[in-house]
Amino acid sequence: MDTLVARYSRPAYHQNEVFSEQEQQDLNDTVPSLKFAMPPVAHPSAWLRAATDDRSNPSCPIKIAHGTTTLAFRFQGGIIVATDSRATAGNWIASQTVKKVIEINSDLLGTMAGGAADCQYWLAWLGMQCRLHELRHKRRISVAAASKILANLVYQYKGMGLSMGTMCAGVTKEEGAALYYIDSDGTRLAGDLFCVGSGQTFAYGVLDSEYRWDLTTEEALELGSRSILAATHRDAYSGGFINLYHVKESGWEKHGFTDTNPVFWKTKLDKGEFSNVTSNFTE
Amino acid sequence: MEVLLGITGKDFTLIAASKAAMRGATILKVSDDKTRQLNKHTLMAFSGEAGDTVQFAEYIQANAQLYSMRNETDLSPSALANFVRGELASSLRSRKPYNVNLLLGGVDPITHKPSLYWLDYLASLAPVPYAAHGYAQYYCLSLLDKHHQPDISLERGMELLRLCADELKRRLPIDFKGLIVKVVTKDGIEVKPFDEDAVVRGT
Repeated sequence: MDTLVARYSRPAYHQNEVFSEQEQQDLNDTVPSLKFAMPPVAHPSAWLRAATDDRSNPSCPIKIAHGTTTLAFRFQGGIIVATDSRATAGNWIASQTVKKVIEINSDLLGTMAGGAADCQYWLAWLGMQCRLHELRHKRRISVAAASKILANLVYQYKGMGLSMGTMCAGVTKEEGAALYYIDSDGTRLAGDLFCVGSGQTFAYGVLDSEYRWDLTTEEALELGSRSILAATHRDAYSGGFINLYHVKESGWEKHGFTDTNPVFWKTKLDKGEFSNVTSNFTE
Repeated sequence: MEVLLGITGKDFTLIAASKAAMRGATILKVSDDKTRQLNKHTLMAFSGEAGDTVQFAEYIQANAQLYSMRNETDLSPSALANFVRGELASSLRSRKPYNVNLLLGGVDPITHKPSLYWLDYLASLAPVPYAAHGYAQYYCLSLLDKHHQPDISLERGMELLRLCADELKRRLPIDFKGLIVKVVTKDGIEVKPFDEDAVVRGT
C-alpha cells in the first residue's frame, strides 16, 4: 500500500523517469526559481497596489505598462490572432513597437494584455513549461493543458497584484483548433472569439458584426486587422502596428507587422469608412 | 447603462434610446421614452442623472415651443443645438449643474439637410454624422466607423441601428429593454417600429 501511495504522491512525470535524483536536481536548477523577493512590509500585495494603482492614485510611484487591444477568433480555416503594438505607462506612450503575440512554439501562440512585464515573463515561462512537457512526454502539449498550466500559475498568485489578460491559440491533432482566454483573476475559458484589453469593446463591435464560422482565410485576416484598426482609432491606449497571425494545422503563420496610419487612410479613402474624420473645420 | 444612438443619412436623422428606466438595481419601467420633440424638425434624446434629464429636456422643449409661437417660425436644429449648449454651459458653473447628456437630431426646415449634434453635461457640442452616449459608445462607434456612409438611405440607417442593437444585446451585461426609434425627415418626426423579439446569439 505504501509503495502505491508513494507512486502517486509524486508528480506524474517522475514515473518511469530514467533520470537519477542528481540529474533531476540539475534539471530543476535550470528552471528559474519561483521564489520572488517580497517587499519588506506587512502586506506586500496591498503595498504593491498602493504603489502601482494608477486609477486610484494618479501620482503613484510605479507606472505599469498597460492598455492594449488583442483579439483572436476561431473559424473554418483555423484561428486568427491579431494585436496592436502600443505600450503605455499612465499617459505616456512607452513604445509603439511591442510584440504582443508570443510564439510559445511553432504551433502555439499567446497574446499579451495587461502588465507588460507580467505577460512577457509568464508567457516565456509557459513556453519553457511547454518544452519541458514535450521532453518528458515525447509529444507536443495540448492547448488545453498549456492554458491550464498558466491559469493554475496565475491563480496561485491571485490577489498579489498580477495583471494579465491573455489568450492561448493553437491547432493540435487531438483538439483541432483551440482557443483559450486566461486572466489574472484565474478565469480560464475556452471559446470561439475573444477580445482583450482597453480597446476590446471597439474590436468586439467590428468583429461581432461580420464574424461567421465559414469566413475564408483572406476574409478572416482582413476582419482581424480591421477590428484592431477600429480599436486603435477609438482607444487612446492602443495603436502603433497591427500584428497579424494565422494558426492552422501546419503551425502558425505570420501575416505582417503593419503600421496603422497608412492602413487607416487607405481604409478611409478607398472604402469611405470613418466618415466622422473630416478636414472640414467650418460647421 | 442608458443607451442613446444617433445616425444621419441622405435625408433623415435617426435617434434611438433605450426603453428601460433604471434606479439602482431596479428597472422601474420598460417603455420609457427618453426623447422630447423640440419643434417639427428637431428631436432631442437625453440620458444622465435621474430628475435632471426630464427637467432639462422639458425646459428646452418649452423654450423651443415658445420661440416657435412668438415668431411663427421654427429654430433650425443648429440654432437649437447652440441654444442648448449655452444653457448647459451656464448651468455647469451654477450651484447645481444639470447632469445631462444629449443627442440632438434634426432636418433643416429650409435646406432639408439632416444634422446630428452630440452634447455632454460639460457643455461640449459637436456636429457629427453618427453618435452615441454611455456604454453604447464603446461598442457602436467602431461599428459605425466601419459601416456608416454619409449618403445612406433610411432602410440602410435602420439596418445599422439593428446592427448596433444586436451588438449591445450581445455584450452589455444589463438588459436595456430594447430601443425606441424615431426618425426625423423634412415631413416631421415619426416613431419607427423596431422589432425587439429577435434573439441575438452570443459567441
